[in-house]
Amino acid sequence: METKLIIILILMIAGAIHSLHARDLLSAIVSYGVVGYSLVVGFLLLKAPDLAIVQIVVETIALIIMVSVLIISTREDLAEKSTVKIKGQSYVNIRNLSFVFFALVTGVMLLYFFNIVTTGLPELGIHETRMATEYIANGVEGTGSINLVTAVVFDYRGYDTLGEATILFTAVMGILAILRLKTHKI
Amino acid sequence: MKGMTIIVKNVTALLAGLVFLYGCYIVLHGHLTPGGGFAGGTIIAGSFILLVIANGIQYFRLKKEKEESSMFEGAGILCFLLLATGGLLLSVPVFFRNLLPGGTPGELFSAGVIPLYNIFVGIEVAAALLSIFLAFVIYKTEE
Repeated sequence: METKLIIILILMIAGAIHSLHARDLLSAIVSYGVVGYSLVVGFLLLKAPDLAIVQIVVETIALIIMVSVLIISTREDLAEKSTVKIKGQSYVNIRNLSFVFFALVTGVMLLYFFNIVTTGLPELGIHETRMATEYIANGVEGTGSINLVTAVVFDYRGYDTLGEATILFTAVMGILAILRLKTHKI
Repeated sequence: MKGMTIIVKNVTALLAGLVFLYGCYIVLHGHLTPGGGFAGGTIIAGSFILLVIANGIQYFRLKKEKEESSMFEGAGILCFLLLATGGLLLSVPVFFRNLLPGGTPGELFSAGVIPLYNIFVGIEVAAALLSIFLAFVIYKTEE
C-alpha cells in the first residue's frame, strides 16, 4: 500500500508544480484538480471514506467556483518581472525579491518542524494515543452513533465543529460584502 | 451565461432531483454510514449549481434566490448554536450535551441529537456554498 501512496503523492506534487508554472490559468485550475482527486484516492487507500466523500464533493464545487471566478477575471497569468523600468532606468523589483525570501524562510521552517514531528510518530496504521483508544472502545455506548467519525465530530469534539461552521459562515459574509461593495461602486 | 443545449437541460432536469435526494440521504444517515452534514450539504448545493449552470441565469430569479439561501445559512447556524446551548438550560449544565434519549444504536432515529446537528450543518453548508456561487454569478451579470 505504501508504494501506491508514494505514486499518488508523486502525481500530486507534479500536478501542484504544473499548476504553479502553467501560463494559461484554466490549465492551472485543471492540474490543481489533479491534486484534489489524487487526495481522494489517498483517503480511500487509507480507509477514510468520510473524508473521501467530503473531499470529492468539495473539490468539484471548488473547481466550479474557481472557473466562475476565472470567467470574471483574466485568463492569462500576469507574472511579475524581476526588474522594473521607470523612465529608461531599470530598478530591482523589491516586492518580488521579498516574496522569494519569505518563501525560502517558510520552506526551511516547515521542513524543520516536519522533521521534528515525524521522528515521534508511530508507524502507519498504528495508534498509541489514549483518547483514540477510549473513543473506539466506548464510542457507540457513549453517543449511540454507529459512525464513529460523526460521534467524534458532533459529540466529543462539538466545539471544533461549531468553529468550522462559523468559519464557513464568516467566509460567505466576507465574499458577499466584497462583491456588494464593488457592484455599488460601478 | 445563456445556458446549454436542450439535451443538457432535459438530462439535468432528470438528474438534479436524484442528486438532491442523495444529498438528503447522506445527511440523514450521517450517524450510520460514512458522510454527514458537511458532505451531504455540499451534494445538495451541487444539485442547485447543476441546474443554474445548465439552464443559464434566467432560470431562477437568482437575486431572490441568493437572499433566500443567505437566510437559510443564518438560520442553520443559529439552530446549531441554540441546540448546543440548549443543554445548558436543563438539569446538568454542559455545552453540547446530548439532550434526547439515545435509542437503539443502528436505527435511523437514534443517537439523540446527533442527527439534528447533522441536518442543521447540512442546511448551513448547502446554503453557504450556493450563496458563494450565486454571488459570483450575479456579480458577473450585474457588471
